[in-house]
Amino acid sequence: MSKENWFLVILILLLAFLPLSESRFYIFLGTDILIMGLFAVSLNLLLGYTGLVSFGQAAYFGIGAYTCALLMKKASVAFPIAFGAAAVFGAIAAMVIGFFCIQLTKIYFAMLTLAFSQIVWAIAFKWNSLTGGDTGLIGVNFPEHLDSPTRFFYFTLVVVALSFYLLRKLVNSPFGRILTTIRENPERTEFIGINVKLFQLIAFMISGFFAAIAGALFGIFNHSIFPDFIFWPQSAEVLIMTLLGGIYNFFGPFVGAAILLYLRMQVTSFTQYWPLILGTILALLLFFFPGGIVGFLKSRRVFTRGNK
Amino acid sequence: MQLPDPAFLLIQCLNGLTLAMFLFLIASGLSLIFGILRVLNFAHGSLYMLGAYLTYYFVSHFINSPGQFWWAIIFASLSVAIIGGIIERFFLSWLYVREELNQLLFTYALVLIISDFARIVWGTEQLSVSRPALLKGAVLILDQYFPEYNIFVILLGPSIALLFWLILYRTRWGRIIRAAALDREMLGSLGVNVNWLFTVVFTIGAWLAGLGGALVSPIAAIVPGMDVEIIIDAFIVVVIGGLGSFWGTLLGALILGQVVSFGILVLPRFSMVFIYILMAVVLILRPWGLLGKPMQR
Repeated sequence: MSKENWFLVILILLLAFLPLSESRFYIFLGTDILIMGLFAVSLNLLLGYTGLVSFGQAAYFGIGAYTCALLMKKASVAFPIAFGAAAVFGAIAAMVIGFFCIQLTKIYFAMLTLAFSQIVWAIAFKWNSLTGGDTGLIGVNFPEHLDSPTRFFYFTLVVVALSFYLLRKLVNSPFGRILTTIRENPERTEFIGINVKLFQLIAFMISGFFAAIAGALFGIFNHSIFPDFIFWPQSAEVLIMTLLGGIYNFFGPFVGAAILLYLRMQVTSFTQYWPLILGTILALLLFFFPGGIVGFLKSRRVFTRGNK
Repeated sequence: MQLPDPAFLLIQCLNGLTLAMFLFLIASGLSLIFGILRVLNFAHGSLYMLGAYLTYYFVSHFINSPGQFWWAIIFASLSVAIIGGIIERFFLSWLYVREELNQLLFTYALVLIISDFARIVWGTEQLSVSRPALLKGAVLILDQYFPEYNIFVILLGPSIALLFWLILYRTRWGRIIRAAALDREMLGSLGVNVNWLFTVVFTIGAWLAGLGGALVSPIAAIVPGMDVEIIIDAFIVVVIGGLGSFWGTLLGALILGQVVSFGILVLPRFSMVFIYILMAVVLILRPWGLLGKPMQR
């Protein structure tokens, strides 16, 4: 078993015993970290593996959240169907949006993903009759059989662990290797007969699929959904989580999400100026740890080994 | 459908023009910085917000002196320019060797830091600056009143555009700046200190953002959050006009100003969606913008 599979197993075991602490605080934090961790890992499929800087990932997160909650609340659809629909809907939205975005490169790609996510945001913000507009969608309850924080935590753990397993299988498959090849050099990948745009589009869809799952979970976890979930700073925040952990490692973004959320929990308990601290962390990170935390730890280990 | 009153349409058009001038001020700085430094500056909206807050600060300090508003505008925009220069010189310049994403994220870190800084210093309440005594009145245009201050802004915008055009296309400095946009290595080997040029360009860009914020302070509420809203509008302007294109920025600002001011009349609810769709359509059809040139690299 590879090192990263061990990481996954240990993580699941550790988290599985978390509710035994009977601390509402840790169950809450654990659920939050799992959900945002999945969101960050889904973004990293684009950022770290395919080399696409998406600045509008919050769109799929928000679409997942709204789809699942609206189907449950307004159409009384059963939770499993609503949940599945949210993921599928996220993938479809990513397919449509991605089709246009992948035609562009670099900064233009980032700007177009940003534009589309702002379109989604503006619709959620202004369509009062459906989404509740600015006041948000309030009173999203736990679904049946998952009606306690602990139960919902376990459900989240299972979903996220399964998603990680699938994503890891994916990035280690030939398909994943092609994505890495595209990241390294799209032109040469084209030369060896690979349809680069098609692979990019599929990666975009898969990323949207898992981001929507994270969003659907988060909407229920948060009991309410606001257009702010889709506003562009949310896309920036998940980028920060991903970068903080390190983009060249599968679980890096998850570690980044965990660190950031834990810090936020601690910091907001004594000051309201969390953005100031987040900004400072981000700046320090960019200057001193460009490879992210996991990247930093790895490079140090390689360095000390080399010295022996 | 009944035809709307022409006077009303004219006022709406003038409102759009006023908005366009602010958008032009901030977006031209953004575009200039992107054109030369190849950095997409998310913190540009924050510099704009700082300009507005600093104007409030200086106005309340010069409360008894004549022409307080004008002094405040000068001091506020220059302070923002200096802050911009410091940011570039001491921080951003270290990141040029890295990937583009790192520079982008550093400017985002600045967004977070500056927004909280403003919150700590000035609180979260809505602040306002009164219009200067000289331009307190309103003029009658086809039976409708239109504030003199807005007319001043509408006239000031093109003057600044003209000034910049003269500097960029008719002076030695302008030639150097345009050369830097084309090939910075070559410019450096010709003996131009490119590092300092970058600082100067960033400072000018920051000054434009600060000036925009200072000028908007009498007619808009100074609140936290004005930074993240205006920056997206500025992105839309530069994307429509073309990143790095001077005239494109002016055209983009004029288009966006009118779309915002008339979009509200046509479809009040979804006018906001319009402008993002406009941005997406331009990016899809002409990624380099209406007046920009396709990038070589």
